[in-house]
Amino acid sequence: MKQISVNNLLGVKYLSKDDINLIFETADSFKEILNRKIKKVPTLTGITVANLFFENSTRTKLSFELAEKRLSADVINFSRTGSSISKGETLIDTVNNILAMKVDIIIIRHPSPGAAEFLSRNTNSCIINAGDGTHEHPTQGLLDTYSINEKLGTLDNKRILILGDILHSRVALSNIFALKILGAKIKVCGPKSLIPKFINNLDVKYEPNLENGLAWCDAVNILRVQNERMNETFFPSLREYHNLYGIKLSSINNLRKEILILHPGPVNRGVEITSEVLDSKKTIVLDQVENGVAIRMAVLYLLASKIRDINNPN
Amino acid sequence: VKRKKLLDKFTLDVLLNRLSCELIENHFDFQNSILIGLQPRGIFVLNKLVDKLKKKHFVPNLKYGKLDTTFFRDDFRSKRQPLKASFSDINFDIENKHVVLIDDVLYTGRSIRAALIAIESYGRPLKIELLTLINRRYKRHLPIQPDYIGLNVDTLQNDRVNVNLHKSNLEDAVYILKDDNEANFS
Repeated sequence: MKQISVNNLLGVKYLSKDDINLIFETADSFKEILNRKIKKVPTLTGITVANLFFENSTRTKLSFELAEKRLSADVINFSRTGSSISKGETLIDTVNNILAMKVDIIIIRHPSPGAAEFLSRNTNSCIINAGDGTHEHPTQGLLDTYSINEKLGTLDNKRILILGDILHSRVALSNIFALKILGAKIKVCGPKSLIPKFINNLDVKYEPNLENGLAWCDAVNILRVQNERMNETFFPSLREYHNLYGIKLSSINNLRKEILILHPGPVNRGVEITSEVLDSKKTIVLDQVENGVAIRMAVLYLLASKIRDINNPN
Repeated sequence: VKRKKLLDKFTLDVLLNRLSCELIENHFDFQNSILIGLQPRGIFVLNKLVDKLKKKHFVPNLKYGKLDTTFFRDDFRSKRQPLKASFSDINFDIENKHVVLIDDVLYTGRSIRAALIAIESYGRPLKIELLTLINRRYKRHLPIQPDYIGLNVDTLQNDRVNVNLHKSNLEDAVYILKDDNEANFS
């Protein structure tokens, strides 16, 4: 059996097509386990995983923690609030102290882009990036593409629209990398002020009109407007944003086809999507959450199998 | 590598037939019994047995499934590469049932140990038995013995036993493979 080519999961950018397919196949097996009476396997017994969350998170943190526990790993949690970060400790010192407790795998979420990469260069542990600023969120990118792949059967030549705040979104970048590797066609849609300047360099087209975008696509991934990362005004008002780029029941019903609707969460109800659509079972938001655990189990399993290789190269 | 045929198609058929008769002897109408093939190669033995039980011995309502033990193995991380997982397929309750685990070759007993733990995820069977097509004697690492044996063989550490039951282009047969320098078939 093939092995995953990387020792850390810092971004989807560093994965090959074979890696992604291997992760998907392994996730299939874990998904079956998650539907058993007893949803636990002893695979990672003896491995300690630290979840370091320097930024708020609900889904990702719970999902990782559940994945680790389902694999029987020992789990320690760290969050910024209530830690010594507020006393001025640096990232590397915090992490080295945690590593001194003999941790094998580190899951890190940090507001600074490149935090995971920085750690991987300065520690010997296996690092999994759970979101670094506006850079990448690889497991989310993988689980979104896995969910689309599951529903559509393939991603080859499928048309995927990524809608909303692309500029501040790490999910968008990880999605674009994963989708491109698997052969999908990608367009981004949203207010021009929220589209990165050099998006064309990624071989991604910009579609300013939502209606045209929806008519074109097989699946739409709706991203949250990240108010907390905006320190200037990017659009006149949330109401105007909703009118132009919010997904409404009418915009879905007007299409003469079924499209998949994804949202990585958390949702700003009434801004990027209306409650009507969100609650209408037209979205696969909850499938994404379920797949998230399976994908994270797969990533942990495949990376943990390489830990021994790092420690003794023979 | 030298290859010696251990069982040909005819003897294999006789042997599978005998195993299915032994199963009937102990499980009668299979009301409370479940046959579980171990992924990947136990499935081929399971399929042959199910075929015999249904078509030759007319056992109705036979319940059978597949069990994958990859994530329960004890050699994860000691192998160079992670083991490829397959699927489990057990769509019924095994609580208080008689379970027969089915595999092609019993060697160290480690996959059976994994299977004994893995099956617990589906409930607590009343009894678990083990059927193996080939039993490599005196090679066990664990105190595990089969209840139904197709054929006992004595082998060396480096020998390999190959069961061909699934390749449509090849005749059903069981082979024993030996290193050249050890090859000394008598």
